[in-house]
Amino acid sequence: MRVPRALIVAGFRRYATYRQATVAGAFTNVVFGFLRCYILLSIAESAGGSMVGYDPTQLVSYVWLGQGMLAVVNSWTMLDLAERVRSGEVVSDLLRPIDPLWTYMWTDLGRGGFAMLTRFLTPLVVGELCFGVYVPDNPLTYPLFLLSVVAALLVGFACRYLIGLCAFWLLDVRGVSMMWVFFSGAASGLYFPLAVLPDWLATALWAVTPFPSLMQASLDIAVERGGLAHGLPAFGAQVVWVVLSLLACRWVQTRAVRRLVVQGG
Amino acid sequence: MIISARGLRKDFTVTRKVGRFRRERHVVSAVDGVDLTVERGELLGYIGPNGAGKSTTLKMLTGVLYPSAGEVTVCGVEPVAKRTTLAKRIGVVFGQRSQLWWDLPLGESFALLRHIYRVPDTDHAARLTRCTELLGLDEFIHTPVRQLSLGQRMRGELTAALLHGPEVLFLDEPTIGLDVLSKQAVRDFLGELDQRGDTTVVLTTHDLADIEKLCRRLVVIDHGRVVHDGTLDELHTRYRSRRVVVADLDAPWPTDLTLPGAEVTAVEADGHRVTLTLDGIAAGEVVAALARAVPLRDLSVQEPEIEDVIARLYRSEA
Repeated sequence: MRVPRALIVAGFRRYATYRQATVAGAFTNVVFGFLRCYILLSIAESAGGSMVGYDPTQLVSYVWLGQGMLAVVNSWTMLDLAERVRSGEVVSDLLRPIDPLWTYMWTDLGRGGFAMLTRFLTPLVVGELCFGVYVPDNPLTYPLFLLSVVAALLVGFACRYLIGLCAFWLLDVRGVSMMWVFFSGAASGLYFPLAVLPDWLATALWAVTPFPSLMQASLDIAVERGGLAHGLPAFGAQVVWVVLSLLACRWVQTRAVRRLVVQGG
Repeated sequence: MIISARGLRKDFTVTRKVGRFRRERHVVSAVDGVDLTVERGELLGYIGPNGAGKSTTLKMLTGVLYPSAGEVTVCGVEPVAKRTTLAKRIGVVFGQRSQLWWDLPLGESFALLRHIYRVPDTDHAARLTRCTELLGLDEFIHTPVRQLSLGQRMRGELTAALLHGPEVLFLDEPTIGLDVLSKQAVRDFLGELDQRGDTTVVLTTHDLADIEKLCRRLVVIDHGRVVHDGTLDELHTRYRSRRVVVADLDAPWPTDLTLPGAEVTAVEADGHRVTLTLDGIAAGEVVAALARAVPLRDLSVQEPEIEDVIARLYRSEA
């Protein structure tokens, strides 16, 4: 475990050097947290006190935990990989005695750890102080939520890694990453709970896409929507997506390296 | 031998637009049948003009690129199939790319590499101490890599490539863009590495002073093919490079004077300066004959320029 630990620490340290960016990011998360919170609470109020099964306290938690998770899952920021493929720097990654997939994954976990301590906790504390968040009844919810966040981070990482690998074919992945940013927001439960969508669409998203595993699963576990009867299968789906998406990364990477053309001589 | 390549080739398919909608595909051979053997402990200069196929060869030797044809082994293994195994036995520095972590201090990059390469603490410490002394890393080892100058970063890259004790070190233009002092530091370091003899070095460069100062053996590649494999002296002989004697005289040059083995190529300063090009004869013999014939005030012997001979080689292969 020395190599993973060293890479996790390096990922943590790497992001810890950008303190001003961390403060600015947390501030932005908090501002948008207020906006989203007031919008969802007013919808719930106009709907008679709850919104698609979430009571106001659950909605408050949903919003503020979501604002915190946003930085942990980090869907909107692409990995360096695509840029390194474009510039040819990926050569250095391939010349190490460790698969680049694991190097990037452990480093991203370190980044997630730093985000958890800073960008996740800040909105949560603000949400608690200004609105009062939902406190889970079942003690199992806490470890399950933490594991679920790790799974969400890994699914997000694997999807972003796949987008980075697209650079081996496309060179410029901006189009793919824009599509990803749209779907990872709208279809993950970040903007609104997926329960507001028609049943068939929500079911399809849960069944065949990784998007609910990025946010919705963890947030439902945290606010105990449907209790463990919903939370455990949701976590199970996340684990399946972690495995599937990492396998996809390995498969695509093997093909990408086989057709590698190192850019720039 | 530690490196062996036979008939090594790399083809790239290039598409070209012809007409409004049609694209034509054609194959370009970046490396076209390179044969190369390198013995353990050698310091080999691998040079050629831009686009000759130097970097592509290096990438095939390190296992990053799949060869289109040919056989290659490095440290006894096939590079592509055993890339991660081979990575522990080789070090690579690409002058225009970085293997260091941009956001971390240089020392932390080294510590991370120790874990990645699973290097025992004592070995890592000993190698780092040696590199620190030879490359003067002390003053910037705690500086984040993004804040280092190019020369400092390159010294860091060299260290990073050597900390796991590689058997072969591949250097792709390690002195590109460096100032005189940094170039000197890198060359001195490589010279010291060569003297120890425990690391084989393959050096590609456009800086011919690197070659002149460091490499006993020179492999020149052009259009993907090896066009010279031998010493620099052999290259001079092949292209009839000639030394030049420039003499300042106290009396005007007697126009009817001839010196065996030397050709008068210029007479200047009202006959008080003469330039003689030697045709394989020792400079001492010509100087002695010159001193007997006319009173000498000053004299200089100019070695043939490596740039000239390499340029002639490139032109002849073009």
